[in-house]
Amino acid sequence: MDDSVVIAGFGGQGVVLAGKILAQAGMNHGLEVTWLPSYGPEMRGGTANCTVVLSNDPVGSPIVDSPTGLIALNLPSLDKFEPTVAANGVIIMNSSLIQRRTKRRDVRSFSPALNDLARKAGSEKATNMIALGAYIKVTGIIPLSTVQTAMAQMLKKEGKDKFIPLNRKALQEGYDALHE
Amino acid sequence: MPVDVQNMQKIFARPDSLTDAKSTYCPGCHHGLLTRIIAQTIDELGIAERTVGIAPVGCAVFAYRWYRCDAIQAAHGRASAVATGVKRADPNLIVFSYQGDGDFASIGTAESIHAANRGENITVIFVNNQVYGMTGGEMAPTSLVGQKTTTTPQGRDPKLFGYPIRFSEMIAQLDAPVYVTRQALYDTKHIKEATKAIKRAFTNQVEKKGYSLVEVLAACPTNWKMKPIDANRHIAKVVEKTYQLGDLVNRG
Amino acid sequence: MGERLLLRGNEVIAEAAIRAGCQCYFAYPITPQAELLQHMAVNMPRLGRTFVQAESELAAINMVYGAASAGVRTMTSSSSPGISLKQEGISYLAGSSLPAVIVNIMRGGPGLGDIAPSQCDYFQATKGGGHGDYHMIVLAPSTVPEAGQLTMLAFELADRYRTPVMLLADGMLGQMMEPVELPKPIEISSLPKKEWATDGAKGRNPNIVLSFDLDPEVLKQMNLILQKRYRQIEAEEVRYEETATGDADIAIVAYGTVARIAKTVVKMARAEGIKLGLFRPITLWPFPGQALRKLSEKIAIVLTVEMSAGQMWEDVRLAIAEQAETPFYGEMGGVIPTPQRILSEVKKHAG
Repeated sequence: MDDSVVIAGFGGQGVVLAGKILAQAGMNHGLEVTWLPSYGPEMRGGTANCTVVLSNDPVGSPIVDSPTGLIALNLPSLDKFEPTVAANGVIIMNSSLIQRRTKRRDVRSFSPALNDLARKAGSEKATNMIALGAYIKVTGIIPLSTVQTAMAQMLKKEGKDKFIPLNRKALQEGYDALHE
Repeated sequence: MPVDVQNMQKIFARPDSLTDAKSTYCPGCHHGLLTRIIAQTIDELGIAERTVGIAPVGCAVFAYRWYRCDAIQAAHGRASAVATGVKRADPNLIVFSYQGDGDFASIGTAESIHAANRGENITVIFVNNQVYGMTGGEMAPTSLVGQKTTTTPQGRDPKLFGYPIRFSEMIAQLDAPVYVTRQALYDTKHIKEATKAIKRAFTNQVEKKGYSLVEVLAACPTNWKMKPIDANRHIAKVVEKTYQLGDLVNRG
Repeated sequence: MGERLLLRGNEVIAEAAIRAGCQCYFAYPITPQAELLQHMAVNMPRLGRTFVQAESELAAINMVYGAASAGVRTMTSSSSPGISLKQEGISYLAGSSLPAVIVNIMRGGPGLGDIAPSQCDYFQATKGGGHGDYHMIVLAPSTVPEAGQLTMLAFELADRYRTPVMLLADGMLGQMMEPVELPKPIEISSLPKKEWATDGAKGRNPNIVLSFDLDPEVLKQMNLILQKRYRQIEAEEVRYEETATGDADIAIVAYGTVARIAKTVVKMARAEGIKLGLFRPITLWPFPGQALRKLSEKIAIVLTVEMSAGQMWEDVRLAIAEQAETPFYGEMGGVIPTPQRILSEVKKHAG
């Protein structure tokens, strides 16, 4: 298995955390993983993305020309990374903030209203978890329960324990929102 | 008059902590006297076996030779940072740095200020002779207004080169230092007072009180182009007007 | 087997330093190595060890100089512009034969540059970035776990040879996370006593730490001692890794993160029938020139890939001379050579 996903959005949308949770889940699942953030002076409000590579073999390059997956939480992220996605890859695009459809015909694309679903789950802050839940559903790379455990682990490590229930619910909602 | 050798009493001797290495200082320079006072202090406090001296760059670059204790030769201006490293590695060591005005108050400004601001439990001896002695008599940050040096041949013009920096006063503004004082060595009275100040600065460290700084106004007859006796008078009559003697901080 | 943890390169270097018995750490904040400093700020005091946020890189390296003189294991870390400031102290450490570890998480330069990954400090690290005739051992990890292992090794080599050792990585390795089993902590009390240290002259003659003597003949002798030590290091400490070179027609030479990217390229190339191998120097100084020379005797094309304008390339060409073709592909300014970009360079030369 060689899965590589770019998670991209505004700074503050939680793309970095979503990537960390996916990487942690992959590791817990017995895979080799790398997590590579874009890092910069913009702590909030700028653009942010991270790349997660999951593989059965030791990961060579943590940087990927053609990711097999893209989670685009806003339009600039879709514009930037859409052309790079590998043929037969997966794109999750946030229709709450993205009005257009994908230009790619050779990928599987999904357009859940992530912000709306997050609001329903309790808070828009959990948009990233809705997206992650949706991504693992359509790709089937890692079981939801493994991701739930990784989420709790990661939030504990970052001292954000109190958000665990919200995020658990959001992962589930995201997972349930898409089929296939 | 015949001398009664048998019953002679030894009332003055070379301190044990002073090595018999040959001095590299010029005649009339105060570094030698100051070195002796420090060695005597180390003797009196019985700390030679746990003292580490930090030598600067400048006339005192050979300071590691003078004391019978461990010593480190530091990069120019960095002695207070090196002292920080030694003291933090082993707080039981007694660490003193010996720095000239160029070392302490010019190129080492940041290291000097911040070691003081952290309140490192060290002793700093700051020798202010208003000139770069070793490199050939150039202007120091402490040079007086109008002072002729090889880089201010017309005299230090404050419009071009600023004013003499009162570094100890700057350090005295900080909250952490426990003892900041300015001393001189031009006569017996002042030598006695300076000796007391140095002992206090070391004692503070032994008692883990914190950062102590002793600035010493020193003569440089060679670069001032004066006879030693005139250099001493110059400190008393001229230098002291810019650099007033006495304690600036005493939180002991 | 220890526990597998998902950690950043910066955190792993910090944690490995702690496990290597680093007792004093001094540094100044700079991106992209901030997590290293932060990890030390939290954990060193907890262990009763020293953490000082210094007023400058210059102060930090000179605090290292002091702590190393006192005989403890000590480290500083920074990124490119900060490492430039440390050069004075590194020269003094080398001149005074003091063991210390310096971490450089490289970013784009010259000048203020940017904060993106780069390998543009190779010359500075391997050729003696400060004044004087000196070298330091330079270790270049390519993965997060290896960053931990080489940090442990850095302390060991520093003590063994009484020399500064640099861990040279880049912003990508510092920032990325990867599963890692942390190295086992050493017992500080088991380390041999440093007889030369300025730790108080109790029951012995005073020790003096210095890099100085005004007599040229004496200073020459001091230099000869260093040079002898460097020859010994060159003889005993060369480290490198070869991947798929056995049947290769063309090989990439790369270190650090570029080498791991190149490992992906090896797979991609071989899937297309190109027999590509990889030669990865782990010690950049001493450079594994002899091994590379040997490899070039059976491989006609040796492509150097770096995130620089060709700094390591000079050492590659020195080693290989006319033995093989030695093309170069480099990126600068923080641009990362992706697997596709490297592969297309390989194809240019593989015919």
